[in-house]
Amino acid sequence: MASLTVEDFTTSEPSVDPYSSGRARRRRIHWGRGVVLVLGFAYFVVPLYAALDFALQNIQGGFSFSPLTQIAGQPGFGSAIWLSTELAVVTMALTMALMVPTTIYVHLRMPRFRRFMEVITVLPIVIPPIVLVIGVLQASPLWLKSTPYLLALVYVVLAMPFAYRSLDAGLGALDLKTLVEASRSLGASWIATIWRVLVPNLRTALVSASVLTLALVFGEFTVASLDNWTTLPVWIANSSTNNPHVATAVAMIALLATALVLTVIVSLDRSQSRRSRRS
Amino acid sequence: MSNPSTSDTRPSPEGVGGGLDRGNTTMGALVRSLRTGAPILPFLVYVVLGLGIPTVVIFNFAFRSGTGQLTWSNMRLITTGQYLTGFETSIKLGLVTAIIPGVLGTMLAYAIATSRREAPKRIVAATSGVLANFGGVNLAFMFVASFGFVGVATKWLARIGLNPWDHGFNLYKFSGVAFVYMYFQIPLMVLVITPALNGLRPAWREAAENLGASSWRYWRHVGLPVLMPSVLGSMFLLFGSGFSAYATTEALTGGTIALTPIQIGAILQGNVLSGEQNIGFALGVGMILILMASVLAYSFLSRRTSRWLR
Repeated sequence: MASLTVEDFTTSEPSVDPYSSGRARRRRIHWGRGVVLVLGFAYFVVPLYAALDFALQNIQGGFSFSPLTQIAGQPGFGSAIWLSTELAVVTMALTMALMVPTTIYVHLRMPRFRRFMEVITVLPIVIPPIVLVIGVLQASPLWLKSTPYLLALVYVVLAMPFAYRSLDAGLGALDLKTLVEASRSLGASWIATIWRVLVPNLRTALVSASVLTLALVFGEFTVASLDNWTTLPVWIANSSTNNPHVATAVAMIALLATALVLTVIVSLDRSQSRRSRRS
Repeated sequence: MSNPSTSDTRPSPEGVGGGLDRGNTTMGALVRSLRTGAPILPFLVYVVLGLGIPTVVIFNFAFRSGTGQLTWSNMRLITTGQYLTGFETSIKLGLVTAIIPGVLGTMLAYAIATSRREAPKRIVAATSGVLANFGGVNLAFMFVASFGFVGVATKWLARIGLNPWDHGFNLYKFSGVAFVYMYFQIPLMVLVITPALNGLRPAWREAAENLGASSWRYWRHVGLPVLMPSVLGSMFLLFGSGFSAYATTEALTGGTIALTPIQIGAILQGNVLSGEQNIGFALGVGMILILMASVLAYSFLSRRTSRWLR
């Protein structure tokens, strides 16, 4: 418990009342916190470690990098990656084109409409992908069902809550009205105002919205598998019977890539909120 | 609809919309509100096409027979036999993966929120944001590799005589699915409950202690009553996510477990008896109604919360 004494002297919070925090109680809380944190850490790290261990085994069970080198040569892997990438690009473009102007406009001119927007973006929770897909497959015309881009159209709906929440938070941190009035009174058109004033200010929100969309498209299994398109997650699920080590290796790479990208967003969000608090 | 007098006094950002139809008539107000709303039309059209029409289609077909007549038979069918079992198991799964991760997540979040060091706070916040978005096929694979019958973690536990498979655990049955869901449910709980815990002011605890309250009495009379609405509300959110998850379970069990989402998936893949084509729509309606109830409960409780915590 060396850390306890160090902390007692280095604590920078003046609000702590010395009478209320007796040493005995504080030690008990520290102990309980330690147990909770260690158990939590174990639960989240053990499966991760175990799966990495499994992904780096050859068929005989020995340590080997061969599953990694076999990935690219697996039948269907290339086309699955390509399809997922294509869908991700289309989904991101559509989501941004739809959500950026709408969210800016609602913030600027229709503030009362924000509540309605929030309800709309909660709807994909009430109508989860497994339910939405029944209606979509029934309602879409045949020409649309025969292209994979139907998936992108559905993913835009699924991405709306994430995109809206990122953009809403980003816009909330700006003095939107002043920016727009300044830009407009200097003679900029609306397009120029959005593109040259608002988009640079919303960079963090835009990055986080598009990366969340990217993660969604690269992880989505429900709609893709039921619409019979072999995207990356569908390929992983199908190939597990042939070579479980390779499939796990791909799954782990996908997970770690998602984790990496999401970590970047979280830290971007933090630096943005720190900046807005300072101003 | 906006009251013309108030909307006129509010300075409009760049002056468009003034002048022409400034009249106090309902016609003018209508034209004005239509003009104000026009730029969000593409978004509204997309929502109607992508979300509205599929939902209407689901409700429509749920109440039609195979030949198109209006009927209650689909709805009656899903409240009996295997479909009823599916709903029961799904609700049970939703409850288990809401309550256990709800309690554990709150404890974890509390351990973090009361920590005075910045590092663990930052790490847990970032990790929760990441893990809450895990799920699906990759997560299922991670657990097959670690807690499957010959998984790596299973072997470790077996070596110390605690092989979970010898004690009623089966990764491909209910217990396993619930275990896997916790991997994204606990971080989700940490994410949604942390703001409420941060609103729990240290002054309240100090006041209670100065009045002679023990730790237990503080929690019994101050802490829990203040936190309860947000904890329950967050649990409803977790219920929704556990109740409707499909990808993780499908990838894990290959569709062998009787959950409503899995049954819908099987129907869409063509495994359906003749005369029961529209049963999938009826199951969808059932899920929508249950999820709607839990989202309403969530929003009701989170509105109650805002009275004390902000």
